[in-house]
Amino acid sequence: MTPDPLLTIERFSVVYDVDPPVEAVRDVSLTLARGEILGLAGESGCGKTTLAYGIQRLLKPPAVITSGTAVFHDAGGDDIEINALDEEQMRAFRWDKVSMVFQGAMNALNPVLAIGRQLDDVFTTHRPRMTKAERREECARLLDVVGVGRDRLRSYPHELSGGMRQRVMIAMAMALRPQLMIMDEPTTALDVLVQREILEQISELRHELGFSVIFITHDLPLLLEISDRIAVMKDGRLVEIDTAHRIYSDPQHAYTKRLLGSFPSLTGDRGDFVRGAGDAGHAAGADAAHPATASAATEEDAS
Amino acid sequence: MTILEFKGVTKRYHVRGAGDMLALDDVSFTLTSGQTMALVGQSGSGKSTIAKILTQLERATSGEVLLDGKPIPHRGPGLRRYRQRVRMVFQDPFASLNPYHTIRHHLARPLALDNVVPKDQIEDEVRALLTRVRLDPDATIDRRPHELSGGQRQRVAIARALASRPELLIADEPVSMLDVSIRLGVLNLLADLQRESNLGVLYITHDLATARHFSDQIMVLHHGVVVERGSADDVILNPQHEYTRALRDASPDPDKHFAGPTGEATTRSDAS
Repeated sequence: MTPDPLLTIERFSVVYDVDPPVEAVRDVSLTLARGEILGLAGESGCGKTTLAYGIQRLLKPPAVITSGTAVFHDAGGDDIEINALDEEQMRAFRWDKVSMVFQGAMNALNPVLAIGRQLDDVFTTHRPRMTKAERREECARLLDVVGVGRDRLRSYPHELSGGMRQRVMIAMAMALRPQLMIMDEPTTALDVLVQREILEQISELRHELGFSVIFITHDLPLLLEISDRIAVMKDGRLVEIDTAHRIYSDPQHAYTKRLLGSFPSLTGDRGDFVRGAGDAGHAAGADAAHPATASAATEEDAS
Repeated sequence: MTILEFKGVTKRYHVRGAGDMLALDDVSFTLTSGQTMALVGQSGSGKSTIAKILTQLERATSGEVLLDGKPIPHRGPGLRRYRQRVRMVFQDPFASLNPYHTIRHHLARPLALDNVVPKDQIEDEVRALLTRVRLDPDATIDRRPHELSGGQRQRVAIARALASRPELLIADEPVSMLDVSIRLGVLNLLADLQRESNLGVLYITHDLATARHFSDQIMVLHHGVVVERGSADDVILNPQHEYTRALRDASPDPDKHFAGPTGEATTRSDAS
């Protein structure tokens, strides 16, 4: 199913070493294919962000990786065991091979530097051989690619909308052509219209440039639309992983069913969520049958 | 039957150096007890300005807001009585409750301030309120907000809004800060309370799916103008205005997404 793996995570566990210790990620194994968009779904506290940080060694104490490995299969043919890299190798590895768009990233831009300067920094650090003119052209090109436009190079973050700032962060994450981009709730703070534009852009760029994406969010309907496969986490464990279509049409785990049942269908049948159904609605909600799988009796007269 | 009318309301904000900003442009609608109306639109469309005018945190530049046919008072005891009848539930249950006070205090205070019940019945009323929002009074009454989950906190906030026995409830994104699996529980609670007490509810949200399932009517706001209104199903399933259509099409809708390739017609085909 995964002919060309990019990242292999095996029996990964992370513990927050507080009193009492919290097992944030428990024994998670998964393989990410090259060019794949993997959705990582779950609610707050399920360990999805900790896992994403863990595989890039971004965790700070009291978090401790207690077991497991994450092996990155580089396009050049090398297998890189991420846990074995030393400080300097890790610094070079991050952003170059794996980049990240953080939650609320659009507020992470430096308010007193023009965005062109901030993009330029990435190249000054990671590609010291590039000339000033090359860097400038590359920054301008990146802003074009994400739809912000090169004429905004000299704009300051406060002169851009939230959606544009988020695009700048995505441009920054793509700057070094990483093979994997990890996106942690990249569009949660944005409008649906802006969100849709950005998602379409990520999808297009993925096809053009062939990178893989781990997309973290609690918004399961969104993941169902954009992901190739979806992994569902609960209490630090991976409870289910399958193709988006199978997660949608034939979820196996009770928790996946419950999550799916938490989202009323936009255009589908009113199902369990009919107002006035009262207690019956609640009982059905607990059963977590997906509303869309019920018969669409109420729809017929509308058409 | 309580009727709140928004009649030709316009709101301008002065922006220093940029002249006037038109936040609401000739907006009219009616909110009736026993009905839930959803107000949808993207950020900056004017949703919250409507909520602020309804609660008189802002005043309309022109136009009228009438409660049972009378203009709502801008100050004094009249405004206070108005605010007892029209209550607000805020978005963020982490910010809207005071961390220093117990749940008992949060609910007893509006009861005492508004003289809802005699002093010696306040404790009983607080317990009754907690029961109404499906919280266990014994387990919650002496807690402080940080000891409760997000969903429990929002239930407390709803109980607080209900304390003065309002006729209309303004709920501004009441579940968007909550974890997905408990959102429906809180929305179902609001729907139940609405039926039990014949409340009128204005449900402000950007989530079209819950707007459709939990409202009778939907009103779509775009740049301060109401571009579309109608029954919830009509607006979502058969939108007339292009902005409503754009919003609908931008919202994730896996049913539609998967309906094509598999041929499982779980959704009706696009009505437009």
